[in-house]
Amino acid sequence: MPRRGSGLIGHIPWTLIVFLLASTVPWLGSRYDTFLAGQIVIDALFAVSLNLLLGTTGLVSFGHVAYFGVGAYVCGILMKTYGMPFIVAFPAAGIGAGVFALVSGYFCVRLTKIYFAMLTLAFSQIIWAICYKWDAVTGGDQGLPEIPYPNLDWMSVIPGLGELTDSARFYLLTLALVAVSLAVLRRIVRSPFGRMLTTIRDNPERAAFIGLNVRAYQLAAFVIAGAFAGLAGALYGIFSRGVFADYVFWSKSAEVIIMTILGGMDYFWGPPVGAMALVWLNQQITDYTQYWPFVLGSLLLLLLFVFPGGIVGGLVAGFRLARRRLVPRNA
Amino acid sequence: MLEVRELRKSFAGFVAVGGVSLTVADGQIAAVIGPNGAGKTTFFNLITGHLRPDGGRVLLDGRDITGLAPHRICHMGVGRSFQRTNIFPRLSVFENLQAALLAHHRRGGDFWSDAGLFYRDDTEALLVSIGLETSAAAVAGTLSYGNQKQLELGIALASDPRVLLLDEPTAGMSATETHDTLRLLQRIAGERGLTLLFTEHDMEVVFAIAEKIAVLHQGRLLAEGTPAEVRGNPEVRRVYLGGHH
Amino acid sequence: MAASFLFSQFMGGLTTAMFLFLIASGLSLVFGVMRVLNFAHGSFYMIGAYLAWQAMQWLHPLAAGFWPAALLAALGVALLGAIVERLLLRHLYGREELYQLLLTYALVLILGDVAKFIWGTGQLSVSTPPGLGGSIQILGTTQPLYSLFIIALGPAIAVAGWLVLNRTGAGRMVRAASYDREMLDALGADVGLIYTGMFVVSSFLAGLSGALVTPIESIVPGMDVLIIVQAFIVVVIGGMGSLWGTFWGSVIYGQVLAFGILIFPGFSLFSVFALMAVILIVRPWGLFGRPV
Repeated sequence: MPRRGSGLIGHIPWTLIVFLLASTVPWLGSRYDTFLAGQIVIDALFAVSLNLLLGTTGLVSFGHVAYFGVGAYVCGILMKTYGMPFIVAFPAAGIGAGVFALVSGYFCVRLTKIYFAMLTLAFSQIIWAICYKWDAVTGGDQGLPEIPYPNLDWMSVIPGLGELTDSARFYLLTLALVAVSLAVLRRIVRSPFGRMLTTIRDNPERAAFIGLNVRAYQLAAFVIAGAFAGLAGALYGIFSRGVFADYVFWSKSAEVIIMTILGGMDYFWGPPVGAMALVWLNQQITDYTQYWPFVLGSLLLLLLFVFPGGIVGGLVAGFRLARRRLVPRNA
Repeated sequence: MLEVRELRKSFAGFVAVGGVSLTVADGQIAAVIGPNGAGKTTFFNLITGHLRPDGGRVLLDGRDITGLAPHRICHMGVGRSFQRTNIFPRLSVFENLQAALLAHHRRGGDFWSDAGLFYRDDTEALLVSIGLETSAAAVAGTLSYGNQKQLELGIALASDPRVLLLDEPTAGMSATETHDTLRLLQRIAGERGLTLLFTEHDMEVVFAIAEKIAVLHQGRLLAEGTPAEVRGNPEVRRVYLGGHH
Repeated sequence: MAASFLFSQFMGGLTTAMFLFLIASGLSLVFGVMRVLNFAHGSFYMIGAYLAWQAMQWLHPLAAGFWPAALLAALGVALLGAIVERLLLRHLYGREELYQLLLTYALVLILGDVAKFIWGTGQLSVSTPPGLGGSIQILGTTQPLYSLFIIALGPAIAVAGWLVLNRTGAGRMVRAASYDREMLDALGADVGLIYTGMFVVSSFLAGLSGALVTPIESIVPGMDVLIIVQAFIVVVIGGMGSLWGTFWGSVIYGQVLAFGILIFPGFSLFSVFALMAVILIVRPWGLFGRPV
């Protein structure tokens, strides 16, 4: 991939700026703004975890929401039913989702393309059915309402955070945890392991004959993606004050795929941009009309035919074009 | 040394490879020729683990590698290029080779470092040896056909093979490109002491550099020997050399 | 359990199966030839049902309005399929399969809302056509004539489909296209036309089955998604791309559904997807598909 970020644009620490801006929302915005921002942040992590499969490894999973859901339920159950602290429940969610990804992924990576996608969908719906029906553990169709917030009193030690509400404090905690998770994922994508994944995406046959056990790598990617999706789910459960079976419905898997492609799956920061755009768009549209699916479908068509690179892809192409036009022609 | 004993493979009753035996000595350059459909690519696929043989054995320096997974055979020192150019189209030329080196040195378990920092010198050297230094930053999928084949050779060499299997290395090339590729192959094989086994349609290529030729016909070994021996073999003439492709 | 009860369940399973076969056959063939998994197939089914209802409203004075209405609906959906294929799908053939899937999913979203917009969110129904409205007694059970008609129609279409694919020139080309598109192209056949044709035929079948289901089930939003999931399962069981696979897959699934519900009340949700997962793990190409 060509080096991006050369020139003036590349030297501005965009991620730091966005992070700082995002952390000011509880003060600058309303409670609803904080809610939206939190949703964007969590969806960003969810989408980036999917992109480890989609954009980096070339695996099209239709069932990624399963791991999101497993994480949400594990964290919710541990905190609500067993009264465990967040600091235990949160990693447990990631581990639980990762274990489930290991088991289901083992079977999924033995298949290719359509069959792989369909099996991921099948597993995801199985999880949904279990969540929907297993009243004793998951609350069945009632779900798990009123997940308690973690104890965030320690936050008042930090100046300025004392007078914030619990929800605002949890938003900041979410922001911090997601930022750390994204940083970790970014390292993974840029590591030799991540590079091996891109070779598998580009040409699995060739990747095998440079010495890679393709299935093992795909399974590893699947587990990592699943674990981080689980962490996103855990945050979401607390953030929305409840975990319900329809979090795990397959249409959410479709939504996160659209988010990823909307932002641009060829770039690490594409999916978060897509998450921001989609959440914002959803909120705007559903205020005016009930026909959000129509809008989403049309947006998808636009993406497929006009902007296949997504928002970030379009921006990058636009910058390159502008730079070529503005810089005098020499060399 | 590569030794193949009685290798066979059938697909739903159709015998693709029917008991072929072949030995290629260390440092030898050998060619496998035969008309289309003679089973050459299947034969290669059986050696490199892409297909499971129904019978027979493949031995590399005395070690039995029959039916092992391709990635393990690769680590044992077998390199390969494919009939349809197999590169990583979305990575740059530099990244293609660097990735192959990373895989060869088993660095795939590193989840933390920056991939771009490793083996830069080795990658540069490889680029020079296959003649692609000027295209290092180009996206591999945008290269010309000939350059892509050069890159593929580079990828195969990155695994530091002792035996190199090349499936139609000069397919689709012009006369000059073919000539250049041949010289390159001979030079590299000589420099690295490689054992070379390749398939080809172009008879001039074969007779130019091969020290040993095996002729396949309908999955069976029709003849084997030096170029002179094969040229003079009446069976071969009848089946294959009569109509020059 | 009384034999008559078992027989009733059996017949119910067959009826479900034949409807599914009509829909899933189009899905399976389009996948076999074009390697496209058409999510919008369920939407075509739904549009067929709505169009049939609409046509019935227009043809109201004519007592024999049902059959023309069904035909009109099927043709309408076939036209829709032609438009979709030529205008949209065709441009994505060279690209990765993900994009084609997303296109069909976009259509699901769009068509679903279009249907809601035109016909609202309430339940609509169509009365059984005269002549098939009654029922007959078989083995001590009451079997609706319409169901028997559907049960007979399924195999008829399967046989007709088999004859076309295996005994006509056009059918041969379709089968050839499913094996090796490039070769067929090189031989001068108009592969684009074959693809359009397949898609139109499959849309026709989807629209027809939607129209034919209206006397039995009410037309509601959401029926598109409900049916496509079941069509997927049937196609996985039978083997994607195989006509007879889809037929027997439908039969098996219909019976599993009919009898499974008796054993497990919460059957349909979990077990159906578990069945799909098991098949994909153990034998992904289903009963009659080509080994993957």
